[in-house]
Amino acid sequence: MVFVLVESEEGKIKKYSQEALTYGADLAAATGSSCAAIAIGEDTDTSDLGNYGADKVYHVTGSGLEAFSPGGYATAVADVVSNNGGNYVIVSGSYTGKSVAPKAAVKLNAALATGVVAMTDGNSIRKTCFSNKAFSKVSMSGDVKVITVVPNSYEIKSYDKAGSVESVSTDVGSSVKTKSISIDKVKGKIPLTEAELVVSAGRGLKGPENWGMIEELADVLGAATACSKPVSDMDWRPHSEHVGQTGITIKPNLYIAVGISGAIQHLAGVSSSKVICVINTDPEAPFFKAADYGIVGDAFEVVPKLLARAKELKAS
Amino acid sequence: MNILVGISAVPDTTTKISFVENNTKFNTEGVQFIINPYDELALTKALEITEAQGGEVTIITVGDASVEPVIRKALAIGAQKAIRVNTVAKDGMHAAQCIKDAIAGQSYDLILTGRESIDYNGGQVAGILSEMLDMSLINVVTSIEVNDGKVTAVRDIDGGRETVEASLPCVLSAQKELCEPRIPNMRGIMQARMKPLEVVEPSVDYSATNYDSYELPAEKGSVKLIEANNAEELIDLLRTEKKLI
Repeated sequence: MVFVLVESEEGKIKKYSQEALTYGADLAAATGSSCAAIAIGEDTDTSDLGNYGADKVYHVTGSGLEAFSPGGYATAVADVVSNNGGNYVIVSGSYTGKSVAPKAAVKLNAALATGVVAMTDGNSIRKTCFSNKAFSKVSMSGDVKVITVVPNSYEIKSYDKAGSVESVSTDVGSSVKTKSISIDKVKGKIPLTEAELVVSAGRGLKGPENWGMIEELADVLGAATACSKPVSDMDWRPHSEHVGQTGITIKPNLYIAVGISGAIQHLAGVSSSKVICVINTDPEAPFFKAADYGIVGDAFEVVPKLLARAKELKAS
Repeated sequence: MNILVGISAVPDTTTKISFVENNTKFNTEGVQFIINPYDELALTKALEITEAQGGEVTIITVGDASVEPVIRKALAIGAQKAIRVNTVAKDGMHAAQCIKDAIAGQSYDLILTGRESIDYNGGQVAGILSEMLDMSLINVVTSIEVNDGKVTAVRDIDGGRETVEASLPCVLSAQKELCEPRIPNMRGIMQARMKPLEVVEPSVDYSATNYDSYELPAEKGSVKLIEANNAEELIDLLRTEKKLI
């Protein structure tokens, strides 16, 4: 059986978990098995999981699962999987998934593959390596395989499965070794790692005071904002916006780069974006070679035009 | 405060990646290896903690003799001693098992490493080690404070940050912003030559994954250029051709 850990926020199933469920349902179909979702915590809404691909849902609650902890969640997942004859555990490559998957893999004595972008067959996967500069086909052996799937790698499909819910009551208190003190969510902004559209800017903007038009364009398009490494190193923008090889690796449907030349380290972090638009004054900027659309021009002339048109469309 | 820092040697960030032997092996020819940038942050943070509170920083790496220049650089930055497990790690599980066996009988208050290596991008070793050693785990952290036998760290979460507390011993993985990496000075480089580097043989040679082959991303078709005077056309194309807006 294929198990998929699903995450939720304010009760709703996260988009990247829906993608992981599609992966799980596809894998179950390819291996002649069925797909079960593992939902943790009281306030998860499990009613739609059949439509996302779950034949069955294990809804786990109990002592030690009131808040996220790597130990508590990994124990809950490993227990459900081993008690029900699981062969595969699919986890999203979210921050939660990245903490849970390695620990669950040790508990299950499983093979572990992370950064997975596609399934090749039941025993092998395709994963990113060298920070998106390459991909590798990796074969996995053993009875249990744990796989983390990169967000935005898998198209969500809709299913008409039963998704019947079995409640599992447990106590994982002894595995909880960390205590959450406070959570600080970025309000009113789309998290970069979950964004489908991203507007990014670099040194070409000349100073932090010029980011207003970038933020406005992102806002009108419903996009997240990002930046290049030099810009975050100079503290023009927060480190959390730095995309690239040593920053965040993203895979949005659209990446608009303004005033970024496209050094190899930057490209590594964004080259998996489905559509790339580059705006740069230098026609020789290496980024144009990786772009779908390019505008050779000054950001301060081009961006206001984009903004005006985007506003017009939004208003119409 | 004894701190173990896991280090891996990775291709320099400017490396153009290519493969040999029918795309089954990474081509190391002409490649310069560096300390994995996230591991460098873990090392610097470990030094900051021991400088303030006393104690020792030991670095550990899994690799063949070719990684020794990278180990010497980590010693030059300031670690007191180093352990090298003499094998090429096959995956995160293998590397973590090698580290666990190499430090059997030693005790560390903290184990720090980078949030992932920039070559195989597994991001696995911190989590696996915490489970194997029954230590607490705080993954992908931008701040670490140690007081009264407790560690408080800020970790990245989806859409924000979380402050987390754990008792020692604890495994943490470093994210950008944790600290500024240090550049070794001449004195450090001289001292590094004399610092102990213990080489231990691996106890296991097993892994459940195998990297069968590699490929480079598909080349993009040629770029469609839009005149700067008609820049707004880009928005229209994204709407009509790509249906993204």
